Amino acid sequence: MSLQSNKIFNSHLRSRAIRGMVFYGICLVCVCIGIAALGTLLVQVVSDGWSWLTWHFLSDYPSRHPEEAGMMSAIFGTLWVMAMTGIFAVPVGIGSAMFLEEYAPKNKLMQIVEINLANLAGVPSIVYGLLGLAVFVYWMNIGRTALAGSLTLALLVLPVIILASREAVRAVPNAHREAAYALGADKWQVIRMVVFPGAFPGILTGSILALSRAIGEAAPVIAISALVYITFIPTSPMDRFTVMPIQIYNWVSRPQEEFQNLAAAGIIVLLVVLLSMNALAIFLRNKYQTKSDE
Amino acid sequence: MNNMTSPKSVLNTSQLSVYYGSFLALKNVDMAIQANEVTALIGPSGCGKSTLLRCFNRMNDLIPDAVVEGKVLFNGKDLYGSEINPTEIRSRIGMVFQKPNPFPKSIFDNVAFGLKVNGYTGKMDEAVEWALRQAALWDEVSDRLKKSALTLSGGQQQRLCIARAIAVQPEVILMDEPASALDPIATLAIEELIRELKQLYTIVIVTHNMQQAARVADKTAFLMVDDARGGYLVEYDATSKIFTNPSDSRTEAYITGRFS
Amino acid sequence: MKIRESFPERAENPISGTIVKYLFFLCVLISLLTTAGILYSLLSQAIGFFFEVPLIDFLTGTRWAPILKPQAYGVLPLVCGTLLVAAIAAVVALPVGLATAIFLSEYAPDKIRRILKPLLEILAGVPTVVYGYFALTFVTPQLQKLVPDMLVFNALSAGLVMGIMIIPMVSSLSEDAMLAVPRSLRYAAYALGSTRLEVSLKVVVPAALSGIIASFIIAVSRAIGETMLVTLAAGATPRMTFNVFDSIQTMTAYIVQLSLGEAPHGSLEYNTIFAVGLLLFVMTLIMNVIGHLVVRRWREVY
Repeated sequence: MSLQSNKIFNSHLRSRAIRGMVFYGICLVCVCIGIAALGTLLVQVVSDGWSWLTWHFLSDYPSRHPEEAGMMSAIFGTLWVMAMTGIFAVPVGIGSAMFLEEYAPKNKLMQIVEINLANLAGVPSIVYGLLGLAVFVYWMNIGRTALAGSLTLALLVLPVIILASREAVRAVPNAHREAAYALGADKWQVIRMVVFPGAFPGILTGSILALSRAIGEAAPVIAISALVYITFIPTSPMDRFTVMPIQIYNWVSRPQEEFQNLAAAGIIVLLVVLLSMNALAIFLRNKYQTKSDE
Repeated sequence: MNNMTSPKSVLNTSQLSVYYGSFLALKNVDMAIQANEVTALIGPSGCGKSTLLRCFNRMNDLIPDAVVEGKVLFNGKDLYGSEINPTEIRSRIGMVFQKPNPFPKSIFDNVAFGLKVNGYTGKMDEAVEWALRQAALWDEVSDRLKKSALTLSGGQQQRLCIARAIAVQPEVILMDEPASALDPIATLAIEELIRELKQLYTIVIVTHNMQQAARVADKTAFLMVDDARGGYLVEYDATSKIFTNPSDSRTEAYITGRFS
Repeated sequence: MKIRESFPERAENPISGTIVKYLFFLCVLISLLTTAGILYSLLSQAIGFFFEVPLIDFLTGTRWAPILKPQAYGVLPLVCGTLLVAAIAAVVALPVGLATAIFLSEYAPDKIRRILKPLLEILAGVPTVVYGYFALTFVTPQLQKLVPDMLVFNALSAGLVMGIMIIPMVSSLSEDAMLAVPRSLRYAAYALGSTRLEVSLKVVVPAALSGIIASFIIAVSRAIGETMLVTLAAGATPRMTFNVFDSIQTMTAYIVQLSLGEAPHGSLEYNTIFAVGLLLFVMTLIMNVIGHLVVRRWREVY
């Protein structure tokens, strides 16, 4: 065989370069589709809802008359639910992560636990709602209360918190554990004094993100609370409740344009809360990352 | 060293320097690589020998903050000239890497990859067989060409990577410590192959193994590094001269093992 | 200084260590109990339903009218609506998500990546009720300009927006798979004279294929289980149709529709949502398991 000559290779360099450029353009357009949709959504929401976003909107109860309606009960419902969800889910998530990373033996049961966690993360949220309805509302007889809603959401975000906490625990260098053991610490001391403090920022970040997911969820909460007309602030976990996404759903699903604008105002409030939580999480993550790089 | 620019030299560098960001990896290298010879680049780790090798097929382009200064001439043409397409250059100057890196495809598809990419118009089967025979791998794999390349041993994988590189019939083959991840027997097979291949190709090989350089190379370049200057070329001459009668005391110190 | 002497006697305290260990284990048990609880609640109520409506009628019936007389309990219209919306979403999200992933892993310089990734995370973090609002008040009116006789509630608008919603899921899982492809393979391809396009499509994508397929499966499973968006935008009309301009109802939307009205506990009506929920759970479970199996196969390659 002869060495490379134009007869046997037809490299089409020019057309390949053009194809490459076209492909690059296609990729760029695809990236823009998602971002443009996000931008359009935000513009649409703000332009519809901005003028409705007033103090009385935040401090009044829902009403049949759009100009009088506000979302105070939903805001306080969300605060109640978020706090209780955090109280239930975060400690359990941390405990699970500690067991799985620091104690778990390698056996059949732990394999089942791993598979189970992976699958729980993929269960549709409405199915959690059905679980809460059957188990918390009726079987445990808690009723359609804020407590039942929070327990349900806690189970929903638990896999997310466990995943984030495990990553944080795994990121604690083994050298730190060994150094503590070498000073005579026992296992519980190592976990308490070395592993937990080292993993804390990561756990915090993951928990905030998980809770921000919880307060955006409407489907499982609707299954628990149904669509109630609430004109009071819950004063105990055993009160009936509504949350911001349900209030928004309620307004969007009405045909009058005024209610749709109210929904947009509600969405602004919800998104501001979510974005601040995300920003807080990103801030904590960056602070933590620069620290560990030093 | 400009007088080494004879008609036979394939690659010439002049005042070649490479920066990674603000880090100076290689400084002011002048050398000429002769056709149909094996040229070895030796030196302590960090001396820039792999960086130099990667200048020859513009692989440094793929590192975001790498800056190449000075000139590299390929058959007299500026390799970094604006009219040069690095893609084309890489199909004419092949490369074999430190660790065998076959694609997770079949043995056949690995060898055929470069042929397909470069629009080969002849018979694919024949070209693949030719390359595999050249790489002394045909007899071992002819009955399982459709099997995954990952089923081969490390030495076989590396010869497959050589077959993949020569399938497109480049003029030059660059080898970056091609045997460092292999056992001694596989290493001997690769060295045997390199000596065969120089009939058809110009070969530049980076090696950390001085015996290997002595066994396979016609010419040897010794590079060094110091903190102030980055990597630089100390001495470049016929291999026999470098290993028996080096003109620079630092070369002598290195080849006699006084530092590494 | 006598430091050592001032240490207290250190009693071996195996009890606190053991108690802690079992407390942690209890936490792990909760996630196992969650699965058990899901199975229990779905099965126990669904069985009550299947005593009155034979399973075979449920799975093969083509009319779903549990509230209006004459009642019919064939789930296929809900399944059909669910799959129709998920298919539209897949048509949008799979190519766009994959191209986004290729852009992020093969083309984008670090600076651009650092901007794009958080934006995509925000896209993934927007609550689905917000997407429902967007579909209903923006996308549908825009589409009606093109197709004037399109209904207000329709599969197309919900499917398109759902597609946008699951782009980040496809792109981030696919990108992870592509980033796991060793750099040396890319170098090998470049060294043979490949362009960036050829490296991306002929080396990286094939090597990451099982991870990419898994991302497709998991994203579609997410689309099937998605609730508020379809409840708001796709309608409440169970219908066997593949007409994307029609109003339909998905399984999840039916569950919400019934939940809104507080169906009396123990009634046949109440039990229908568990029967539908069970089917939904099984469908998404199968897809997720397949997705994870595919990923595991991919991990063994390197």
